[in-house]
Amino acid sequence: MKRARLVLAAVLVVGALLYLIIGGIRGAIVYYTTPSELLAQGASAVGRSMRLGGQVAPGSKKWNAQTLDLRFVLTDGTASIPVVHHGAPPDLFTEGQGAVVEGTYGSDGMFTAHAIIVKHSEQYAPPASP
Amino acid sequence: MRGQTFLGAIALGLLAAGAYVGLVASPPDAFQGEYVRIMYAHVPNAWVAYVAFAITCVASALYLAKRTPVYDYIAHSATELGVVFTGLALVTGSIWGRPVWGTWWTWDARLVTTAVLFFIYLGALLVRGLADDPRRGARLAAVVSIVGFLDVPVIHYSVVWFRTLHQPASLTRGDIKIAPPMLAALLLGLLAFTVLFAYLLTLRIRLARAEDAGEAA
Repeated sequence: MKRARLVLAAVLVVGALLYLIIGGIRGAIVYYTTPSELLAQGASAVGRSMRLGGQVAPGSKKWNAQTLDLRFVLTDGTASIPVVHHGAPPDLFTEGQGAVVEGTYGSDGMFTAHAIIVKHSEQYAPPASP
Repeated sequence: MRGQTFLGAIALGLLAAGAYVGLVASPPDAFQGEYVRIMYAHVPNAWVAYVAFAITCVASALYLAKRTPVYDYIAHSATELGVVFTGLALVTGSIWGRPVWGTWWTWDARLVTTAVLFFIYLGALLVRGLADDPRRGARLAAVVSIVGFLDVPVIHYSVVWFRTLHQPASLTRGDIKIAPPMLAALLLGLLAFTVLFAYLLTLRIRLARAEDAGEAA
């Protein structure tokens, strides 16, 4: 009985490892595409599910609390891509900070995101005193 | 035995001090606010996991070379603790990621390689348990543990080698990107968890030795 339980546990562990490796290869090596890379891919990028990462361009965030419509621009300094998302962003989503969005790039040049993830730096400091 | 209790008392004192500095005395972060405090537990857990598996790796190599049971007691004990602390690093990371990134889990290279580490050493414990002959189990676990340790440098450099969501290291040679009061909280956390690990490891090795003596009797 003990042996049967151990075999079951071994199958579960190997299964979990395979799941992680397959999931990892799919997305982990390059976690996100930059706006420049996306534009360089041209039409081949349209309609493909991907992650796009960059900085939320200052002054670009438009949030409509009635329609839950969120619009902003992701930039890497050279290229910029407008993003549209239905729903509230994470708490720490702010202009000038990094963000990664999951979704698809449309033929109209608009990226439709179904998820937004905030990326932060490795710098930690207390808030500047006013 | 006395020394062990003393070590445990020091660990307890350091953890209490770490909790005070991390939760009360240190300031919030300019961007993350109070959430940054999770780092003072998250980073030490990951660090202790690295240390545990480094000990496992060395003890496993010595066991394979010399076949002296004491090296296997050390390897087995460090593996168990390493799995616990890797699990804690994953859980605290997840708890930190939810409010700050906006997700519990994502397929980022740092996250995936850490989860792989957890399952490699869980696998080492399973291999040990599956073998009919405990000495054969110990040898197999030693091989898995040595090969599995290759994942540790991959985890550590994942944020450098790959484009990740996870931020790179804040403490690198000659470059500290943490304000002094927060750095103090982090270093105290690292020290407290390291002493706690040392205490738990000595306890677990004593148990492994006693178990072995009990079985032989």
